Amino acid sequence: MTTTDPDEPMTTEAPPPVAPSEAPSPPKAGPRALAWQRRRRSAARFWQRYRTHRAGVFGLSALALFALIALTAPLTVGSDVQSVTNAPGRPMESPSAEFPLGTDQFGRSLLGLVVWGSRVSLLVGLLAAVLSVAIGALIGITAGHFRGWYATVMMRITDWFLVMPTLVLAIALATVMSRSLGTIILAIGVTTWPTTARLVRAQTLGVESRPYIERARALGGGHWHVMSRHVLPNVMPLVLAQTTLIISSAILAEATLAFLGLGDPTVVSWGGLLQDAREAGAVSAGKWWYLVPPGIAIAVVALAFTLCGRAVESVLNPKLGVTR
Amino acid sequence: MKTPNTTTAQPLLDVRDLKVTYAGGVAAVRGVNLTVNAGQKLGIAGESGCGKSTLALALLRLLPAGTRVTGEILLDGEDVLTMKWGRVRAVRWAGASIVFQGAMHSLNAVHRVGDQIAEPILLHRKATPAGARKKTGELLEQVGLPAARASAYPHELSGGQRQRVMIAMALACDPRLVIADEPTTALDVMIQAQILRLIQQLVSEQELGLMMISHDLAVLSDTCDRLAVMYAGRVVEEGPARQVYEDAQHPYGQALSAAFPRIGDAGSRFAPRGLPGDPPDPSALPSGCTFHPRCAVALNSCAAEDQALRAAAEGRRAACVHVGPVTVADEARSTP
Amino acid sequence: MTTTATVPPVPQAPSAPLLSAEGLHVTFPARRGDTAPARAVDGVDLDIRAGEIVALVGESGCGKTTLARSLLGLVPPTAGRVTFAGRPLDYSSRALKAYRKRVQLVLQDPSGSLNPRHTVYDAVAEGLRIHRYGGDEREAVSMALSRAGLRPPERFFLRYPHELSGGQRQRVVIAGALVLEPELIVADEPVASLDASVRGEILALLLRLRSELGLSALVVTHDLGLAWNIADRVAVMYLGRIVETGAVEDVLTAPQHPYTQALLSVLPEAPGDPVVLTGEPPDPSRIPTGCRFHARCQILANGEAERAGVADACRGEDLPVLDGGGGAQVACHWARTQVAGAP
Repeated sequence: MTTTDPDEPMTTEAPPPVAPSEAPSPPKAGPRALAWQRRRRSAARFWQRYRTHRAGVFGLSALALFALIALTAPLTVGSDVQSVTNAPGRPMESPSAEFPLGTDQFGRSLLGLVVWGSRVSLLVGLLAAVLSVAIGALIGITAGHFRGWYATVMMRITDWFLVMPTLVLAIALATVMSRSLGTIILAIGVTTWPTTARLVRAQTLGVESRPYIERARALGGGHWHVMSRHVLPNVMPLVLAQTTLIISSAILAEATLAFLGLGDPTVVSWGGLLQDAREAGAVSAGKWWYLVPPGIAIAVVALAFTLCGRAVESVLNPKLGVTR
Repeated sequence: MKTPNTTTAQPLLDVRDLKVTYAGGVAAVRGVNLTVNAGQKLGIAGESGCGKSTLALALLRLLPAGTRVTGEILLDGEDVLTMKWGRVRAVRWAGASIVFQGAMHSLNAVHRVGDQIAEPILLHRKATPAGARKKTGELLEQVGLPAARASAYPHELSGGQRQRVMIAMALACDPRLVIADEPTTALDVMIQAQILRLIQQLVSEQELGLMMISHDLAVLSDTCDRLAVMYAGRVVEEGPARQVYEDAQHPYGQALSAAFPRIGDAGSRFAPRGLPGDPPDPSALPSGCTFHPRCAVALNSCAAEDQALRAAAEGRRAACVHVGPVTVADEARSTP
Repeated sequence: MTTTATVPPVPQAPSAPLLSAEGLHVTFPARRGDTAPARAVDGVDLDIRAGEIVALVGESGCGKTTLARSLLGLVPPTAGRVTFAGRPLDYSSRALKAYRKRVQLVLQDPSGSLNPRHTVYDAVAEGLRIHRYGGDEREAVSMALSRAGLRPPERFFLRYPHELSGGQRQRVVIAGALVLEPELIVADEPVASLDASVRGEILALLLRLRSELGLSALVVTHDLGLAWNIADRVAVMYLGRIVETGAVEDVLTAPQHPYTQALLSVLPEAPGDPVVLTGEPPDPSRIPTGCRFHARCQILANGEAERAGVADACRGEDLPVLDGGGGAQVACHWARTQVAGAP
């Protein structure tokens, strides 16, 4: 407004569309830089909202702690903590100043074993969950997108796997194949994907009924384009939430399999520790320090992943209405 | 049809200086005065964000907890805002009822329509189920559907039929005032005409008061007696429906009426008229007269000074600096 | 790109149409519970010439949406064919993809048409990426956004659809269609979900695109006022057939088909008494014999058809498909007698 006369018509032209919030104009950057900017911003937004979920923050900190422990284990305890021949202490010693969590049947420090065992348990849990979710998402998206006989066949296979008792199938696989970590990962991954597949397929069907899918087709997009650029990003939140939940059940499954004696006998894992405890008769002898620490570790990690998973779910899908 | 009440009798609905602020601090309605007499039809015109749906919900205290509502809403003399809870529930539906927007989603998909119509009857009148069924049949006939349709589910009905069911539901407890929030917006032209004709017929037969909310000024001018145009939570123009439509005084009223052209009018051929910008966000209203950023005839003072409703002609008011000066005589004449 | 004056160009004398439907039939198979298949499009000839805006008007269920989608190649016809620039559509995926660069779609609901997870930049660039555009992507996106009225375009690159108003979203959708530089746009209810004061701007944009870029358009709508505002020609559809077509000035001010007359009479501000048809259009799986409108026709009901001697024809004889060209035509036995009888 250049004049101060109130009765003069305004000298401004038709205003530009009103912007709800001021966006700083980005420098002349290519599409790549723009994409990165956008990702940084949405990550920041996600974190802001995640922070408000106390349970989720607790879970995340517990996980961070365990991850730290697992990663620094070579420095803190060293791999020779598992060596049976050079065991530092006497067998089945109760907790003392030298061995805060006592010793196992071979005289190894239980604290060191729990720390070392975290590496295997977390690794197996993570990899098995990733495998499971990858299979489930792939089948879910393709079944939801392509429909027809392909989907029918896939969903029947999914139903078959869903009905099978997971543990029994995992045991069967583990007994048939060689006893190693890879087997365990495969066994868990191959038996837990159906839930994800069903959820992802339902979500895919919902996403594909939206008008923007029709627009993508009208622009000339083919199957790959629609599935990767539209369906997958919309399904990702669900997949992420599922991943965290499945990690916790994968860790429990690994512990179970190891407990049952199907795990790799050469590595130390929490489930393996529980099995050793049982075999050494720690239960009847009242040697609680052998059982309790690995058990608590399993429970805490599984809980932490579950809390994180729920928090991620409610951040990405506010309509779920999970109360903080 | 009996002549509507004159100003000596008490208006059916008298809204005085209503202000509604949502829990986040957003002022959706910022001082609205309206009256509706029995047998009279008032149209509220406006677009998204102007507060018209909030106004409708406020009349029956249907706004979410935490919303601040000030002012008075006198329904047959009683202030709805200060009623005790039990009285509010009695008034809801039996005193005034709402025909909601988007009938497709307002009906419960797993209940038969007959049960849904009978629900308020059973809740209020404590009629026997048999009595309620009979009344439901009568209501369906009144809205032009065969009574046998009471056993249908909502998805078995078409859009127009569902809207009729909504109207039947609104009339279930013989209310005195019916508030219709965008009753024909998603419907085809012919179905819209059928529904409007039905509404007019029911209102005149039963001497109801009608408050109809829509963004289509032409439809409102055809159906209603008086018209009030809302923008950013305030009434910016009001008067007899025909006059407000054909000869709007406020620039926003003019734009709304030009948005739906008259067929046959050479002036609107290849000349669609709209306003630049978008309807304002209630949480970020412009200063001064809230319409000034989009106004073609805004003066420099418009950005600083808000405008109150002032008399434009007999029985008409508009809130614009270009509208005629206020005299005491005009003020007195303009109150309906 | 030709820049013409702001006066809209008069459609040229009959040249070859740009996009045309010839004897088009689209039938959907019977669903469970229905005995007959649904004939959504039951014989349509429609031509759209370059630089022309044609309005396809009708109520829900009349088949206009299906017709629009089969013109785009999204729904293959059961019979008949669609030709573009003189050549029939090839439904192989490669040919269809190339077709998409020349004919684009703008949908009704701008909030649903945009993926909520994609920024405005991604939404507009999507078409370029699908077709592996060789030039400067950012430049093309900026240009499309400015043409659609969003200026300065850079301000909108990183926005998400939920941060924009309805009118802005629709402009983004239009920009996404423009970025491929099509010759024709099919707009399905382009302003139905927008606020009244914003409609005018979007319609003016479509007109500007026609005069600046020579863009033709087929606008599918139930709103006759919209046809009056921007269309050159209008085709009125009922139950899968076009029942009247012609220049907007002719059809909307002097309608000849009873259905068109009824539609126009119920608009507020229409002169004369409104003819409110009872009931609703029947199911496309149960199309009546004879003239498909006869069951609801006010002319048959009030005896005028009888007086004109065509009542039997109305009930028994189906009408031929109107040809797609520009002249005023009507598919009605009674209307023909009126024209013939007029001095």
